[in-house]
Amino acid sequence: MSAVTVAPVAAATPPPLRSVLRRAVGIAPQFVAGLGGTVVLAIVASGGRVVVPVVVQQVLDRGLDGGHAHLTTIRWLVLVGVIAIVATVAANFVMNARLFRATEGGLAQLRVTAFRHVHDLSVLHQQAERRGSLVSRVTSDVDTISIFMQYGGIALVTSVVQLLLATAVMFYYSWPLALLALAAFAPAVLVGRRMQRRLSTAYGLVRVRVGEMLGAIAESVVGAATIKAYAAQGRTATRIDAAVEATTAAQTRAQTLSVGVFIVAEVSAALANAAVIGGGVALAVTGHLTVGQLVAFLFLVNLFVQPVQAATDALNQAQNAVASFRRVLEVLDTPTDVADPGPAGTPIPAGPPSIRFRQVRYAYPGGPEVLHGIDLEVTPGTNLAVVGETGGGKTTFAKLLTRLMDPTSGAVEIGGVPLTRVPFASLRGRLVVVPQDGFLFDTTIAENVRHGRAGLDAAGVVTAFADLGLGDWLATQPRGVDTPVGERGESLSAGERQLVALVRAYVADPELLVLDEATSAVDPATEQRIARALQRLTRGRTAVTIAHRLSTAEAADEVVVIDHGEVVQRGEHAALVAEGGVYGRLYASWTAQRSG
Amino acid sequence: MTARPAVLRRGTAILWRACQEEPRIFTWSLLGSLGYGLMIIAQAYVLGYATDHVVVPAINNGHADRSALAIALLLIAGVAAVKVAGIMGRRIAAGIMQYRLQGSYRQRIARRYLDLPMSWHARHPTGALLSNANSDVEALWYPIAPFPFAVGVFAIMLVTLGLLVATDLGLALLGALVFPAVIVTNALYARAMSQRVTRAQALRADVSGIAHESFEGALVVKTLGREDAETERFAARSYVLRDALVGVGRLRGLFDPLLEAIPNVGTLLVLLVGASRVDAGTLVRVAYLFGLLAFPLRAIGWMLAELPRSVVGDDRVQQVLTATGDLPYGDVPAPPGAGPLALQLDCVDFGYDGAAPVLTGITAGIEPGRVVAIVGPTGAGKSTLASLLVRLMDPDTGVIRYGGVDLRAFAPGAVASAAALVAQQTFLFDDTVRGNVTLGAPFDDEQVWDALRGAQADGFVAALPDGLDAMIGERGTTLSGGQRQRLSLARALVRRPRLLILDDATSAVDPAVEQAILAGLLRAAGTQLDTQPTTVLIAHRRATVALADEVLFLDGGRVADRGSHAELQERNPAYAAIVSAYDTEGETAGSELLG
Repeated sequence: MSAVTVAPVAAATPPPLRSVLRRAVGIAPQFVAGLGGTVVLAIVASGGRVVVPVVVQQVLDRGLDGGHAHLTTIRWLVLVGVIAIVATVAANFVMNARLFRATEGGLAQLRVTAFRHVHDLSVLHQQAERRGSLVSRVTSDVDTISIFMQYGGIALVTSVVQLLLATAVMFYYSWPLALLALAAFAPAVLVGRRMQRRLSTAYGLVRVRVGEMLGAIAESVVGAATIKAYAAQGRTATRIDAAVEATTAAQTRAQTLSVGVFIVAEVSAALANAAVIGGGVALAVTGHLTVGQLVAFLFLVNLFVQPVQAATDALNQAQNAVASFRRVLEVLDTPTDVADPGPAGTPIPAGPPSIRFRQVRYAYPGGPEVLHGIDLEVTPGTNLAVVGETGGGKTTFAKLLTRLMDPTSGAVEIGGVPLTRVPFASLRGRLVVVPQDGFLFDTTIAENVRHGRAGLDAAGVVTAFADLGLGDWLATQPRGVDTPVGERGESLSAGERQLVALVRAYVADPELLVLDEATSAVDPATEQRIARALQRLTRGRTAVTIAHRLSTAEAADEVVVIDHGEVVQRGEHAALVAEGGVYGRLYASWTAQRSG
Repeated sequence: MTARPAVLRRGTAILWRACQEEPRIFTWSLLGSLGYGLMIIAQAYVLGYATDHVVVPAINNGHADRSALAIALLLIAGVAAVKVAGIMGRRIAAGIMQYRLQGSYRQRIARRYLDLPMSWHARHPTGALLSNANSDVEALWYPIAPFPFAVGVFAIMLVTLGLLVATDLGLALLGALVFPAVIVTNALYARAMSQRVTRAQALRADVSGIAHESFEGALVVKTLGREDAETERFAARSYVLRDALVGVGRLRGLFDPLLEAIPNVGTLLVLLVGASRVDAGTLVRVAYLFGLLAFPLRAIGWMLAELPRSVVGDDRVQQVLTATGDLPYGDVPAPPGAGPLALQLDCVDFGYDGAAPVLTGITAGIEPGRVVAIVGPTGAGKSTLASLLVRLMDPDTGVIRYGGVDLRAFAPGAVASAAALVAQQTFLFDDTVRGNVTLGAPFDDEQVWDALRGAQADGFVAALPDGLDAMIGERGTTLSGGQRQRLSLARALVRRPRLLILDDATSAVDPAVEQAILAGLLRAAGTQLDTQPTTVLIAHRRATVALADEVLFLDGGRVADRGSHAELQERNPAYAAIVSAYDTEGETAGSELLG
């Protein structure tokens, strides 16, 4: 259960495109860097497309006057035309380069901003199953936008400019004929808008189906052992086939619909050609139009068709890109659960801090209350064990203590400062958590330890292992501190990962340590090492251990028993055993298991 | 890209394969492309005709020839009609061809995933297998969309050259220069591009890898205050990717206008060369044709540009499709007899591909109805043994038998009908509770509830809003680790297996609940299960081990000892050490704190 969920994309009506774009520019101003110059270049670049019709017109009207070819004139016209084309190629190149620099710069910024924001979302560490979708927001979603910009985005920009320029030249030659040609395209605009809406729905369905299909295929990989053990291959294959077929059907439908746009464009072009020839002849007869101008018009009509088709393709890709864009923005719009007071806050005073819970209550959003007014004071330097049944509230207690979330009411204070007032920089420097599964990064032992203290040299890492009595273990590693630990640290055993995690916590030199004891089975030798390291690590520090082992509770200065959301017992192990109650029951169950 | 010729040859082979797999739909798309292309030529002729017979005479004579105008308009309409038909054939058919091929290859790949043994799965990371079925298949068939059009355009280009030769040799020569120039430039473009795109793709994978790792280690990142350092690491790689993509863009930004300019320059040269050689109508027609062909010519380039990616995709797809190691099956329909199975292992050796052997010379017999615990240190091969027992894979040497019959003699499905494994890693399908328990087999609700009761899962299932119909998984209810394990257990129990293997199957369940489950399962014959199935327990907790009739102590891939728990504890110090080490972990209830 998490405090925050990232809303599914399809849920509410998506925000309008314009506001999506405005948000994007707000986050990454790189998107519009030098936009003015780029637009000017785009106009020049698209000018290249009308060079040919204009030169054709000039050649027909001036170079071929009355059937005689004026070769000098034609040569000059062609030369000017070629120069114009070369110039527009250059303008095009510079425009593209600027556009790519701006968009890729903006996308990189968007990616990094989203990445940073995700780390502030509690959903990340509380709901492992949503992690994949968060990863895709900063990877494949941004990639989709980038690919669109590379393929379709440019086409969209130049198409629009080309349409405008072609229209302008048409009007220059003959406004009645231009109006006629535009009128031929008018139905296309009307039909096109409606089609675009249906297309957008169709492509939306394709995205949903593809997602379902990939999910179904993933089951055949992730669930391979289960499927084989229960001979469920046939059933799984049927499910996959159905999902694949549904995807193909949705894709076919979207493709068929998209062809409609091309047909409309083609029919409009034929109408425009007919109108230009019919109307053009009428105008030419009355001396209002030359042959060259009429032919140039026919060329210009062709310039109208291509961008309509190219823009249709681009708009289809744009649907995907916009949907991806919205998903990235959704992440950014998800508020962070805990706010950093920043430099305005109060740092925790030096030395091992005290801990104080004042009437702390907590309820998960939409769920029942799980902590019912915890009051607790822990003196500096105490080694405290927190025990209790699963579901009793230990987990929530630890999350509040480490400020992974804030209480619904009441306050948690460390060193006398309410946690909500402590700047993250101070909090993370002073308080270190050692999680159950000592997650390690896919690098060397030394690099992992350096996550606790940046810049620590190799000798320092070796010393740290020695300090915790782990020198003998380090010596068994093939390349010492430079031994790679593998993905998630999986080249090491679960217990060994814990050892590295403990050293990592040690070099961070926190004054308050929160440990979540591992529950996984560890072999005896490693078990002893962990115990030894823990003992040295907690020395001279305030330490809170979420204990799963009797031995840990026995060794602690004090034990707190949390049951049904309340502190029900507190004291030394021996006293609590004598007292009975919940602790007495836990103790009995532990000893029963120990004796078998 | 010294391997360019190979890429071209292999790419052509892929395209040929596509034609063979979808011959009818390819024919339609090719016909559509040819029709469309021919109409491009026809359109140029029609406009040339209109110029010669309608426009020029109208201006010269001062009045229009109505019948010639009518013919011109009719021709325009006719050309448009055929063009529309061509577009439909080309685009719809090419799209369908691409989607069908993608779909069919995804089905084939998934079937391989279902058929290949677990030893194969163990060698291939999940992420790689998923991308084989997703992006690799997509890359493989990407060139199919422009393919029919490219073939059509190629044919049209030849027709055009022929027509040009018939019209005027000078213009034909121009065409013979311009068309190949477009294609060669395209080929150069594709070649330069494929290198850069490959690099960008690799960088994308890097960026994605960092995001995966960083988010997975979110808790460490957060609690050590490493967010900024991690963001820096991510940003550094993102910026390298950005620069690579800008490089890709610059290349595209150079070639795109260049490819457009070549036919345009060609059109101008047509004017230069043609003005003194042909009449105005022909000049317009040829110039117009050059302009019209500029766009379709690029289809050839698009296809060529996608071929390298397609070839790489094919390599990766074929690795799955041609993977070997399928388990051979016999035709014995089921293990002999009824009731609990006798299990026999003879000299079983197993290793994951060339690596050090995991299991060596395992020989053990388990009599019907016995409950045997397997105990051993981490990495002793316990889970591997469990996988072998239900034939998720075969031993390298040695034999495993149910009721005296070699597992390899059974027909497909026979082993699963008799034995059930509840694995260490729970897996639930994106399905209802009922679907997850029955897996589609015909069990009625009564049987499902019985099984849920046996797994101590009836309580929380009854509390779900839709009960047995509640959706589980990503889009459904989120269950805790213990609840998930209990559902997997119910899945095994509902089948009333003759052999039940529990691989640490209750590790996330509260110890008290675990004891209740196991006690019900193992000792209360007649309540949940009519007869006690032969049961193999992989366990850690002493209390669990104590429920077994006997213990197999596995160490270093060998059976180190066998006997009752009490005997082993007495005579085997290694065993005693292991059991007492596990012991100190009282509660193992998988507290989800911070994890």
